[in-house]
Amino acid sequence: MATDAGTETRTIGPVAAPSIDRFRPLLGLVVPAALVVVWHVVVATGVIAAYQLPTPLRVAETLYGLAASGELWGHVAITLQRVVLGAGLGIAVGVVFGTATGLSRTASDLLDPLLQSLKNIPSLAWVPLFLLWFGIGETAKVLLIAVGAFFPVYLNLSTGIAAVDEELLEVAEVYDLGRIESLRRVVFPAALPDLLVGIRGGVGLAWMFVVAAELIAASQGIGFLLSDGRTLARPDIIVGSILLFAFLGNCSDVAVKEVRDRVVGR
Amino acid sequence: MSSDADGPATPTESADPVLAVDGLRKRYDDTVALDGVDLAVADGEFVAVVGPSGCGKSTLLRVLSGLEAEFDGRVAVDGTDVRDGGSDAVGMVFQEPRLLDWADVRENVAVGLPADVDPQSPAARDRVDDLIETIGLDGFAESHPDELSGGMAQRVALARGLAYDPSVLLLDEPFSALDRLTKADQQDHLLDVWEARDTTVVLVTHDVEEAVYLADRVVVLGGQPGSVASVVDVDIDRPRERADPELVALRREVTTALGR
Repeated sequence: MATDAGTETRTIGPVAAPSIDRFRPLLGLVVPAALVVVWHVVVATGVIAAYQLPTPLRVAETLYGLAASGELWGHVAITLQRVVLGAGLGIAVGVVFGTATGLSRTASDLLDPLLQSLKNIPSLAWVPLFLLWFGIGETAKVLLIAVGAFFPVYLNLSTGIAAVDEELLEVAEVYDLGRIESLRRVVFPAALPDLLVGIRGGVGLAWMFVVAAELIAASQGIGFLLSDGRTLARPDIIVGSILLFAFLGNCSDVAVKEVRDRVVGR
Repeated sequence: MSSDADGPATPTESADPVLAVDGLRKRYDDTVALDGVDLAVADGEFVAVVGPSGCGKSTLLRVLSGLEAEFDGRVAVDGTDVRDGGSDAVGMVFQEPRLLDWADVRENVAVGLPADVDPQSPAARDRVDDLIETIGLDGFAESHPDELSGGMAQRVALARGLAYDPSVLLLDEPFSALDRLTKADQQDHLLDVWEARDTTVVLVTHDVEEAVYLADRVVVLGGQPGSVASVVDVDIDRPRERADPELVALRREVTTALGR
C-alpha cells in the first residue's frame, strides 16, 4: 500500500476505506476488552483484594456454575417475566393515556399536570407504598415496573399526537376520512416514531425499576441474586448479576431499536 | 339567485351551477377577509381566481372546501350548503403536496377515495392505478414522497383529488413552488386531465399568465376585504398558444383589473 504512494493516491482512498469500515463495529470492543485485562491484572497482582473484586475468570466460573446447576435460569426467567409483564402493562396504559391527552385538549388539561409531576417521583420511593398496598408478591413488582415504563411512552406519544401536522389533518378533513379513519391512516402513523422512542425509553426504565423491586422484596430474580451476593459476601455473584443486567438490558434495547428502524425505515 | 336560495330553477346566467357563492362574507376575529363575494361555476367549467396577495383567494377556497365553518352568505355545491355536507363533494389540491411521507404513492392517492369505497377492493386498486397512470407516474406506485420531485409530488396530490371524484376540484396555487419549465408541463398536464375527465375546476393563482392560459373565465378578486372586482371571459379555443396576441391582450386586461 505504501510503495508508490505518489502515483497511486487516487486508488488508495476508495480501496482502503471499506477495509477500515468493515472492522469499525469491532472498535467498540477494544476498550471493554482492555478493561477486562486491566481488571484481571490488578486483581491477580493483589492491587485490589480478591474478596472485594474477583477476577473476571472467577465471575465467569460462578455464572457458569449457576447456569450448570440450573439455579441461574430460574432467576433470569422470573426477572424477564416481570420486565415483560410490567413493561407491557406500562406501555399499554401509556398508549391509552397518551392517545387521550394527545387527542383531547380537555383530557390533557385534566391529566397532564398530574402525570407530569408524578413522573418526577424516583422509582425507589414507590417501593414501600406498593409493598404496603399489594404485598410482596408479583403484583407489586409488576406494577412498579409498569409505572416506570408508563411515563416515557405517555409523554412521547402525547406530544407526538398533539404535534401531528395541521396540514395533514386538513387533508383528512377535505377527503372526509372520518374520525376513526383519520386516526388510523394519518394521526397514528404520524405519531408512530414518537411512540417507538417512548417504548425504547420505557423498556430501559423497566430494567431500572425491576432492580429496585427485586433488591428490596424478592426471593428470586437477578436483583435478588445481587442482594444475596452481598449477604453472602460473594463479590463474584454481585459482579456476575450486574453483568447479567447489562447483557439483558442491552439485548432488549437492541431489539426495540431494531423494531423501530424496521417500522420507521431508513 | 339571492331571494330564493333553494329550488332547482334558480335563475342564473347558465344552467344550474355546480358551485354557487352568494354574498359570502368571511371574517377572522376583527379582520374581514372577504365581503360580498358572488360566484357561479357551471358544470365542467374551468375558472381561475386571481388577486393580489392578501385579497382572500386562499380563504375563498378554504370556505368552499368546508375547512372554514363560520361565514355569512350562502355557499353551495350541487345545491347543498357546504356547511350541510356540500363540501363533501369538493376535492382540494393545496399549495404544498401535503402527502403522507410514510405511505407510498398508491396509498397516498387512495386517501382521496370516497369513504364508501373499500381501498382494499380490486376495483379501488384499479382506479388508483389508473389515476397514477393518468398523472404519468406509472412505475412509481410503490415510491415514497421523499423519492419524488416537487412536480411529481404535486401530481400525486392531484391524483388524490381526482380519486375523490369531486363535483368541483379546487386548486390552491398548486404550481407556485415549481420552476418555470416544470410549471408549464404541469399546467398542460392539468388541462389534459381536466379535458379527459370533465372535471369542474376552480384554480386560485397569483399568476395572471397561468390564469389566462388555463381558464374559461378569470375572476379577479380585489380590495380589502376582498370581493369580485371583475370577470374576464377567455373565449379562445384550446390548445392555446401562450404567445397568442389575443391571450396577451386578455392578460393585459386582467392585469389592469388587478390595478397594476
